[in-house]
Amino acid sequence: MAMTMTQKILAAHAGLPAVTAGQLIEARLDMCLGNDITSPVAINEFEKSGASRVFDKGRISLVMDHFAPNKDIKAAEQVKRVRIFAGKYDIENYFDVGKMGVEHALLPEQGLVGPGDCVIGADSHTCTYGALGAFSTGVGSTDLAAAMATGTTWFKVPSAVKVTLTGKKAKWISGKDVILHLIGLIGVDGALYRSLEFTGDGVKELTMDDRLCIANMAIEAGAKNGIFPVDETTMAYIKNRFKREPTVYAADPDAVYDQEVVIDLSALRPTVAFPHLPENTKTVDEAGQVKIDQVVIGSCTNGRLEDLQVAADIMRGKRVADGVRCIVIPATQQIYLDAMRLGLLEDFVKAGAAVSTPTCGPCLGGHMGILAAGERAVSTTNRNFVGRMGHVDSEVYLASPAVAAASALTGYITDPEKAVD
Amino acid sequence: MKAQGKVHKYGSNVDTDVIIPARYLNTSSHEELAAHCMEDIDKDFIHKVKPGDIMAADKNFGCGSSREHAPIAIKASGISCVIAASFARIFYRNAINIGLAILECPEAAADIKDGDEVSVDFDTGLISNITAGKTYQAEPFPPFIQNIIQKGGLLKSIADRL
Repeated sequence: MAMTMTQKILAAHAGLPAVTAGQLIEARLDMCLGNDITSPVAINEFEKSGASRVFDKGRISLVMDHFAPNKDIKAAEQVKRVRIFAGKYDIENYFDVGKMGVEHALLPEQGLVGPGDCVIGADSHTCTYGALGAFSTGVGSTDLAAAMATGTTWFKVPSAVKVTLTGKKAKWISGKDVILHLIGLIGVDGALYRSLEFTGDGVKELTMDDRLCIANMAIEAGAKNGIFPVDETTMAYIKNRFKREPTVYAADPDAVYDQEVVIDLSALRPTVAFPHLPENTKTVDEAGQVKIDQVVIGSCTNGRLEDLQVAADIMRGKRVADGVRCIVIPATQQIYLDAMRLGLLEDFVKAGAAVSTPTCGPCLGGHMGILAAGERAVSTTNRNFVGRMGHVDSEVYLASPAVAAASALTGYITDPEKAVD
Repeated sequence: MKAQGKVHKYGSNVDTDVIIPARYLNTSSHEELAAHCMEDIDKDFIHKVKPGDIMAADKNFGCGSSREHAPIAIKASGISCVIAASFARIFYRNAINIGLAILECPEAAADIKDGDEVSVDFDTGLISNITAGKTYQAEPFPPFIQNIIQKGGLLKSIADRL
């Protein structure tokens, strides 16, 4: 029976020659992940269960990124609880302030996840690692607790939606425009319980940062995972980085898909998701005059080096518009350092933007840029739900780093082409 | 296992940020989480919910983040069961794992109104709308899932394996 790429990885990790959609399996895990919000709940469950050891101290990653650097006393107590747990069980991949980054930028960068892996994380954007050709999905804290104890978890094998990418993207188009366009087409439950498998000639036109951004937001279409084929771009990325041997899987040519969507990259325009769902997409040409109060450039979706480069290219030598707060958050310490060496941080600060240490911070309305009632933000993050970045009467417009940077300069949602002259 | 109570009805795409806003995720206390449940779409919910009540919604209930705090807040608020046309997958898994009963039933989700008295039989999947005098059939959970919910969560159900 022909299998999708996802099904092949799941079969291999379940020790089965083949699996079919709908089958319940128990799979071995290569890595499991928690953060400062989800890990404390997992640790409670782990300890209540009576477990006395973790399955593998090298295959658990705990990243203190959401409310860290600690935003208040309760957040500090939560991180402390995880720190003590990590110390007690000698967890090798514990990342605290000064070493931590936004988890889904950090794990690929540190080579902790790679092609052929089966990964779960107690964070919905764990689907990011599909960009590297891994099966990777978000779960809750109880699943993480059981995984930390046993090194396994159960899955229902998903069917898939095939997304064929063709053509070459134009200058200001990035992975963010591709995924927002796709979510606009199929809706926030368009891939519910299913895999999004990306394929086609267009894949080679996408950088690793584009792919990480696209796979990151698979969950915003309800998908269980998003996955890219492994190619030269993947192998170049993992070289001198991935700590284990990669295993390359490819979908069978006759694999069955529930649905096929074709996206011509050359036809895409900069795309913005209006409040309060990621599926409410418009091209920047259809956006109208939307006045904004804040811009956030960062997150597990768009806080990588290329994202900062494109934003800096637009903002260099210009000024953030009066009345707009622009907050730039490099996603990891390495990205921060690279951006510093390249002079990007100087470009941002000279333009009148604030540059922060890595944190998820404002994306989920945690800290570092909360919105007041009636305020609007253009943000490179992944969700624009009611109250997501602050007050229940605030609004978030999701966009690429290029659109966000251009909008910071004008104070309105702006086509990047019109911000550079 | 059975449940009966008054229905609190919501629409489609009820996300985890409105079930429990992230600003309250600096605690894992069930009581504190319950005190803010549904606050951003229905600030009266926590004052009107009674133990045993039922929550109903349209499609894609619980979309968004993986925060287990969302089903925990709903369960700790006193809700005995959530009926929806469909659930987002991480919420679905989390609800089972923490022992919050859920049922997928598009017919019931479309028909049941806010304030209706509804009873649910988890063994058979039968949903009865007592107010409207109607019944709807949901797919019951297989025994191993029912066992997780009855024991109060995944880790309690596998405790003897650890």
